[in-house]
Amino acid sequence: MATKDNEVEDHRPLVLIHHLPSFKLPLQDRLITHFRLFDSLASPEASSVRALICVGPTPVTADTLDHLPSLRLVVGSSAGLDHVDLAECRRRGIAVTNSGDANSENVADYAVALLLDVLRRVSAADRFVRSGLWPQMGEYPLGCKLGGKRIGIVGLGSIGSEVAKRLVAFGCTVAYNSRNKKPSVLYPYYANVHDLAVNSDVLIVCCALTNETHHIINKDVLTALGREGFIINVGRGALVDEKELVQFLVQGEIGGAGLDVFENEPNVPKELFALDNVVLSPHLAISTPESFEALNEVIIANLKAFFLSKPLLSPFQQE
Amino acid sequence: MDSITVLMTSPMSDYLETQLRDRFNLVKLWTYSSKTDFFKHNSHSIRAVVGNTKIGADAELIDSLPELEIVSSYSVGLDKIDLRKCQEKGIRVTNTPDVLTDDVADVAMGLMLAVTRRVCECDRFVRRGLWPKGNFRLTNKFSGMQVGIVGLDRIGSAIAKRAEAFGCPISYYSRSEKPETNYKYFSNIIDLAVNCQILVVACALTKETHHIINREVIDALGPEGILINIGRGSHIDEPELVSALLEGRLGGAGLDVFENEPEVPEQLFGLENVVLMPHVGSDTVETADAMADLVIKNLEAHFLKKPLLTPVV
Repeated sequence: MATKDNEVEDHRPLVLIHHLPSFKLPLQDRLITHFRLFDSLASPEASSVRALICVGPTPVTADTLDHLPSLRLVVGSSAGLDHVDLAECRRRGIAVTNSGDANSENVADYAVALLLDVLRRVSAADRFVRSGLWPQMGEYPLGCKLGGKRIGIVGLGSIGSEVAKRLVAFGCTVAYNSRNKKPSVLYPYYANVHDLAVNSDVLIVCCALTNETHHIINKDVLTALGREGFIINVGRGALVDEKELVQFLVQGEIGGAGLDVFENEPNVPKELFALDNVVLSPHLAISTPESFEALNEVIIANLKAFFLSKPLLSPFQQE
Repeated sequence: MDSITVLMTSPMSDYLETQLRDRFNLVKLWTYSSKTDFFKHNSHSIRAVVGNTKIGADAELIDSLPELEIVSSYSVGLDKIDLRKCQEKGIRVTNTPDVLTDDVADVAMGLMLAVTRRVCECDRFVRRGLWPKGNFRLTNKFSGMQVGIVGLDRIGSAIAKRAEAFGCPISYYSRSEKPETNYKYFSNIIDLAVNCQILVVACALTKETHHIINREVIDALGPEGILINIGRGSHIDEPELVSALLEGRLGGAGLDVFENEPEVPEQLFGLENVVLMPHVGSDTVETADAMADLVIKNLEAHFLKKPLLTPVV
């Protein structure tokens, strides 16, 4: 290709930043050393671009893909990819990557934080002290011991494994449910979530949201978990039948819950606001500056591998 | 043994009260309108005292109970008991170690996570209906933070084991080095504070450790540092702590204990970088019962002239 003497040939591969107006890709300026970027499906470059970065929960649908006839790679910026039409990508031969392990520690930390808070009433106790009630009321209700609890992990992927590792140090036992049993894992496996719930004191939901896992935590599972049982959700809101969960909590049919995600964010069922055995969080299990750095590295690594025809770093695996 | 009179100093546990009433002649200190009244009626019959972190057995009480043989504390901490006087008079003392170690360590971890990840603040944010108006901000990653522990006995060690599972490098300051651990030892507390991001107080309260966390230590920990206290309120110079937090010289604090419980400095109530709990380190159903059982077993062993289970003196 002929170039003028004073022009430097731009060898940077072209990448689409696919984002909803309200979502920006953190650290985007770091990418331009490696890639040429554009961000509109209406741009003429849409017809030739081979890779896109999907920012946050921006949907990637069949319609999106229709605008991108040369696309061969979708790079997700989260662990969850329920906003990407994975079946459609598979049909068109488009590979999909997620954030791999970049956020796993943060999410695992947060799951344990929520569990400790629910069992030992950290937020409720903090409210109690701040309200000035301690001198008046003296004693405060007892919490529940974490040590010895049977933890049931729903989805033993990167996040679930980090959760398990942490809780074992607290003297808990761990069992899990995943799509398939993992031969290298020593924790007991249950083929379905109901059986896991029967044998657990706490369920921690860490799996991906797909058609199969929608409402995987339903009335049947909550009943099996029981009055003394607790549930922590750091996956996606729709993994849990939220209406049922609210009923169970309001009626005292379950011990308590720690929830970072909801079916209709940012809306949270108001019945939960009056409960002391519930801890609520606005979907920020990954929200630390370190997680954005780590995420950036994963995104760049996946794109570089793709353009060099090397194996991808974090192709999406369903657990 | 219902001819044996036992004094319970404060309403620490319904379960324990019932067990004591069933086995002994129970006298409850808080049901008397005055000390004089209490001493007039009971001083010569009481052979055992069951105390806790609020009211133990100080010199005045011990001196006024000539028949006292044993103090069985519903706590592991002994700062409310005049141990020297007990030793002089041949009075036995027992406490409740081990059964509460895990629960107290769990609260320390709960506080560390709650302060760094702003869990309570987030919960408030959601309950106030603020989420639809905009996202919460970033918080700091907990895994990998450097944790410094003051006092590496049972509780300190249990905290270290848990924090290690989060990839936190562990360092400590203790009366003596513990070479059997892999943790980094600092022979003075300022060096420990300089070299960690989260400082946890887990030692016993003695004359030496009173206000061990003073202005110098707080300044060494610094504006990004976090202080966690699951020991005793008097480990920390509380007014210094409050001003450091108000002035931004300390990054945050998680406190389960205070110098003058149940009073808590009100200036803390408006701060988002603190988490406050009402001395609940060992307060789970399971542990409360286990502690009560240990108190009872120690008393029974003593009066049956058998070896005490968890003697201190």
